[in-house]
Amino acid sequence: MYGYLGIDVGSVSTNLVLIGEDGTVKQSFYLRTRGRPIEVVQQGLKQMQAALPDKVKVAGVGTTGSGRHLAGVITGADIIKNEITTHAIAASNVEPGVQTILEIGGQDSKIIILRNGVVADFAMNTVCAAGTGSFLDQQASRLNIKIEEFGPLALQTTVPVRIAGRCAVFAESDMIHKQQMGYNVPDILAGLCEALVRNYLNNVGKGKEILPPIVFQGGVAANAGMKTAFEKALGYTVHVPPYYNVMGALGAAMLAREATNRKSTRFKGFEVAEMDFKAGGFACDGCPNVCEVVEILESGKVIARWGDRCGRWSNALARHEKIS
Amino acid sequence: MKVVYPHMGHMWICIKAMLEYLNVEVVVPPPSSKKTLLLGVKHAPEFACMPLKLNLGNFMEAAELGADTIVMAGGCGPCRFGYYAHVEHAILRDLGYRYQLVVLEPPQKHIGELLGKIKHITGHQSWRRVINGIRFGYRKAEAVDKLERMSHYCRPREIQAGATDLALQNALREIIAVNVPEKLPAALNRAVEMMNAVPLDKHRPVLRIGLVGEIYTLLEPFTNLDIERKLGNLGVEVDRSIYLSEWINEHLFMGLVKNMRSSHLVRQKAVKYLGHFVGGHGMETVGNTVLYAEEGYDGVIQLLPFTCMPEIVAQSILPRVSAELGIPAMTLIVDEQSGEAGLVTRLEAFVDLLARKKQNGEVLA
Ligand code: SF4
Repeated sequence: MYGYLGIDVGSVSTNLVLIGEDGTVKQSFYLRTRGRPIEVVQQGLKQMQAALPDKVKVAGVGTTGSGRHLAGVITGADIIKNEITTHAIAASNVEPGVQTILEIGGQDSKIIILRNGVVADFAMNTVCAAGTGSFLDQQASRLNIKIEEFGPLALQTTVPVRIAGRCAVFAESDMIHKQQMGYNVPDILAGLCEALVRNYLNNVGKGKEILPPIVFQGGVAANAGMKTAFEKALGYTVHVPPYYNVMGALGAAMLAREATNRKSTRFKGFEVAEMDFKAGGFACDGCPNVCEVVEILESGKVIARWGDRCGRWSNALARHEKIS
Repeated sequence: MKVVYPHMGHMWICIKAMLEYLNVEVVVPPPSSKKTLLLGVKHAPEFACMPLKLNLGNFMEAAELGADTIVMAGGCGPCRFGYYAHVEHAILRDLGYRYQLVVLEPPQKHIGELLGKIKHITGHQSWRRVINGIRFGYRKAEAVDKLERMSHYCRPREIQAGATDLALQNALREIIAVNVPEKLPAALNRAVEMMNAVPLDKHRPVLRIGLVGEIYTLLEPFTNLDIERKLGNLGVEVDRSIYLSEWINEHLFMGLVKNMRSSHLVRQKAVKYLGHFVGGHGMETVGNTVLYAEEGYDGVIQLLPFTCMPEIVAQSILPRVSAELGIPAMTLIVDEQSGEAGLVTRLEAFVDLLARKKQNGEVLA
């Protein structure tokens, strides 16, 4: 049996998904990146290998997320894609005809508009964190509530409290104020969800035409309170796909299947988990930019470089490769 | 007198040529870098836009090299750039720098106003020589623009990664080295040959994207995180809506040189969506987007520094232009907080979007 591996390396989480030839998910893992992307990719590969029956052969690998190049270089990926594209691919596979994707993760959020199965528009949050999952995390911990309880509790609300959600700082002080006024916790939680949804729609969704079917994905989609708040604000049903949490990796796996169609994979094998990779680096003193050039070393040999503005280092390596 | 002027892309090449031809000593600040920005950010008001911060950094770095006179363009209208020269001068004075300031305002009526200012810097030069100097600088700007345009064509088609960048560097060096006008044509020929020598795959399918927006952000690769190179490497042939020689002709020569892309047509195109001047290049941004759509480009990217008013006006109009004319447009806002990873993701996703759209279009057609 053949399988296709998708790896999504983000700043907060790293996800791995293995799909079969029919596109169904066979295995998925959600790991914390904790600032060590190389280690976590290796660890994920180990877990994946252990969980797979021996007869599964990986026929393609795709990587995505902000660490996509790194993950791609160390695993020998067949395709390296940005997270907008992979999310769109995954969502349109699980929800054919999807026209809007709402995506809220820990650190960033995005909206993707599809028309006729093609990405027609997208936007990402830039600076504001009040439209992301970490905002809910923070407020939950301030109220002493486990994040898993957040959704169910929020659903118990009768009248959500209106909380100023323009910015995480305002929201926080407003929430404390409402708490002191004696509002109950479910109403405050539901109010927080609504504040986040408002913020997201204003800052990320800005003027985009949100049409159904709508898919809601990313870590925050686990929160039933958020799903309800979106439905209330938009007036449409919002679908949360079963693998809402690993959609990027799922999309990368699907793209890997496409990319290796009738071609052999460049995957270096699960041995990658045992290899010795190091991210080295240096500050170039070639000019006042003093770029932090990152080098990825495999058993002491430089296999990739990036971070230079001028291409002095990354191009040198590329040229070298092409000649040899 | 040692003259300094702020960086804006390759502008330094032509101003240096002009001033040195007129025997003015010039200090070219080190290329804008993180250090430049850091200096600027430290001393500029937070909500000033990125050009001011970088100008300031340029002047501070140049002072260390002995510069004592600032030459800067001024301006009028709702864009803040018009008073930047004075604000920067005042900040520098407060910091204890002793700079003399010469502001080159775009002439209101007659090119004579500009010539007068230039004569002030150059002292006892004859009018003839001053005019020849200006012409020399201008010819260099044209040469640089030509080479940049060639690089835009080559980059997405190059067979060896980095070959275009290397050729462009060497070609520009030829232009920079010329110090008498008579030698410029030959140097340009050599430079063009260097660019032509880049091995290309001319049949490779490429996407075409037009870059519109605020001029400084468009021209200065440090501010736009090298967007032209990034797009080129993603297989995109870019066209910048504004080149230095065009801007000089338009604003300083008042359209003296004929047969160039003119902003007159561009403004006409904008009128349907934006009927009046909003400062800066707001109207041009809208008009150029219309033009790119008409010329069959695959997409448009608008670049602006955070808090840039004319471009924000244009930004709010672009969705309508984009919807009506069917050309995808994306806006990128830059400031000192801009992260490279986020920008790259956006560019890649946008290029994917255009590629898929094109593919589907061809399937349907
Ligand atoms: S890598 Fe290039 S841009 Fe960066 S510091 Fe070195 S020479 Fe300068």
